[in-house]
Amino acid sequence: MARTLPPPTAKEIAAVQRPPLITNNRSLNWVTENVAGIVEGPTKLWWWVSFLICSTIAMIGLFCIGYQISTGVGVWGENHPVGWAWDITNFVFWIGIGHAGTLISAILFLTRQKWRTSINRAAEAMTLFAVICAGIFPGIHVGRVWMAWFLAPVPNANAIWPNFRSPLLWDVFAVSTYFSVSVLFWYTGLVPDLGTLRDRTTSKIKKVIYGIFALGWRGSNRQWRHYEMAYLLLAGLSTPLVLSVHSVVSFDFATSIVPGWHTTIFPPYFVAGAIFGGFAMVLTIMLPARLIYPALKDLITPAHVDKMCKIILLTGSIVGYAYLMELFIAWYGANPFERAAFWNRIVGGPYVWAYICMMTCNVISPQIFWFPSMRRNLIVVFIVCMFVNAGMWFERFVIIVTSIVQDFLPSAWHMYHPSWVEIWTFIGTFGIFLSLFLLFIRFLPMIAMSEVKLVSPEADPHHHVEDAQIGMDAHSTEVTE
Amino acid sequence: MIAEPKRIYGVAAEFSTAKALFEAAEQVRDEGFKRWDVHSPFPIHGMDKAMGLGKSWLSAPVLAGGIAGLLTATALTMYPALIEYKTVVNAKPTDFFTVPAFMPIMFELTILFSAFTAFFAMLVFNQLPKWYHPMFNWDRFSRVTDDGFFLVIESRDPKFAETRTRDFLEKIGGKYVTLVEE
Repeated sequence: MARTLPPPTAKEIAAVQRPPLITNNRSLNWVTENVAGIVEGPTKLWWWVSFLICSTIAMIGLFCIGYQISTGVGVWGENHPVGWAWDITNFVFWIGIGHAGTLISAILFLTRQKWRTSINRAAEAMTLFAVICAGIFPGIHVGRVWMAWFLAPVPNANAIWPNFRSPLLWDVFAVSTYFSVSVLFWYTGLVPDLGTLRDRTTSKIKKVIYGIFALGWRGSNRQWRHYEMAYLLLAGLSTPLVLSVHSVVSFDFATSIVPGWHTTIFPPYFVAGAIFGGFAMVLTIMLPARLIYPALKDLITPAHVDKMCKIILLTGSIVGYAYLMELFIAWYGANPFERAAFWNRIVGGPYVWAYICMMTCNVISPQIFWFPSMRRNLIVVFIVCMFVNAGMWFERFVIIVTSIVQDFLPSAWHMYHPSWVEIWTFIGTFGIFLSLFLLFIRFLPMIAMSEVKLVSPEADPHHHVEDAQIGMDAHSTEVTE
Repeated sequence: MIAEPKRIYGVAAEFSTAKALFEAAEQVRDEGFKRWDVHSPFPIHGMDKAMGLGKSWLSAPVLAGGIAGLLTATALTMYPALIEYKTVVNAKPTDFFTVPAFMPIMFELTILFSAFTAFFAMLVFNQLPKWYHPMFNWDRFSRVTDDGFFLVIESRDPKFAETRTRDFLEKIGGKYVTLVEE
């Protein structure tokens, strides 16, 4: 016997409805005005001040790199047995941050997470700048940078080819592929928005420059058809790519026989950590941007921040699980060297404080995001993200340095301290990263306008005016076909 | 000297919403026009069907690009390691048993070549870059990247007839119906 249910009450409807992706029912033109307006408006004083500070720090970093190249790698604190320290820590740190952009643009695209449209452009730009910072370190840590071409897959000394079986060479392929594909993906997404800037600008020079890079885009449906397919394919290609890059980076350690590095859990653990650190950096940058440009508050809503916090909580917990599982396997594996390495890491070694920092920042601090009110409190979110940024750097430091500072022979043990050159090179990369990001928000739209418009209710050809207040996600299921 | 009269590219009209453009496109398709297009600030869901267009075949060159990448990586890793200059490193084999160690490189180059093919094939399919296009001559058209929705029927369409096509576009709800010059 069929039983009819009473019609849902307004409260029940409200409970299952998703919050709109753009608050305050903004029009298409509002999106254009407020995103393109950031680029078109005059350069503000805060921008000049920030850019001056960041580029000065970048110049100090570049000076340190120049000093290291001209003097030799001995200006760093590396010794025997600590042959890898801040250089590779920084490399893995920056590469990890570079994972959020492609995750947001590719994986969230394939899984139809429409909220990605408000943050994907800036996150992708952040990815590129982070990978640029990362690429500096493997290049300069070899000491004689003019021999860096030995990394290329061409015969070098005595016609010997590089060792294609080495994870270090895999890394060259993985990172350079990742950078190239990320640039293509980013630029493909930018083309329609560059068209917007071209069509709106009143300056002749800007029209020519934006026009050249917009490639003559005219939003024709015969173009959108191929464009959307290209975007889908790039997303499909980037998804396994983003998972592979940090896996390959982890092989640098996992395929060695150093206790503490020789672990099969590394690839998934590194990938989860990269997404974790990357999202924290996206929020670190987007929260101030949202504060500076209040119009963005309707595009990057508390619901967006909430979702990113949930991802941080999830990946932070995966990372915490990996830390504990590493310890368990070190004990359960019954390899005395492995046990000693982990004992030194967590109790007996000189860097126990770094391990505690890592645990507190990465595993404990994000647990506050179990509380919805904390995910909505932007100050708390920002503080946790700063903890995560620091914690992810410590994670790489702990993995790299504590494993080799006390190696197989106690007579070879040697404490490691960074030199001022290393410290300033690292700080300098933050200057490079932030300077590039400031240039990006000055000259390019930091929100993907055409994609944000696509998820607005007006974009749906079967949109009815009375549906407008339901919000955008309600339409996702009734797309034609 | 009398200037040559400019050639007509087509008749264009503006529509107020994505919905109106979508419905107009269906009518233009049903009327039997072949050389026409719609322009919008974002891709409109279902518009390909409304225009009578099929699936984009961009995936075909991308597959070819991916295969080319895989073959390149295979040749790049195997030729030196198995044929040209066998080097024993860490006692690893120098025959086909060493091939699994090349798989990361094969994977990366497959992705790299596919992605470049996807990007450049998209440009070729779309005939981009094309910095001059007659549609840019229409001043209202600059809103196509903001919030404007446009439909244009080209003069080279066999069914094109200046006044009749104008009337048709007005009938299906087009505003600011304009002759666009070449």
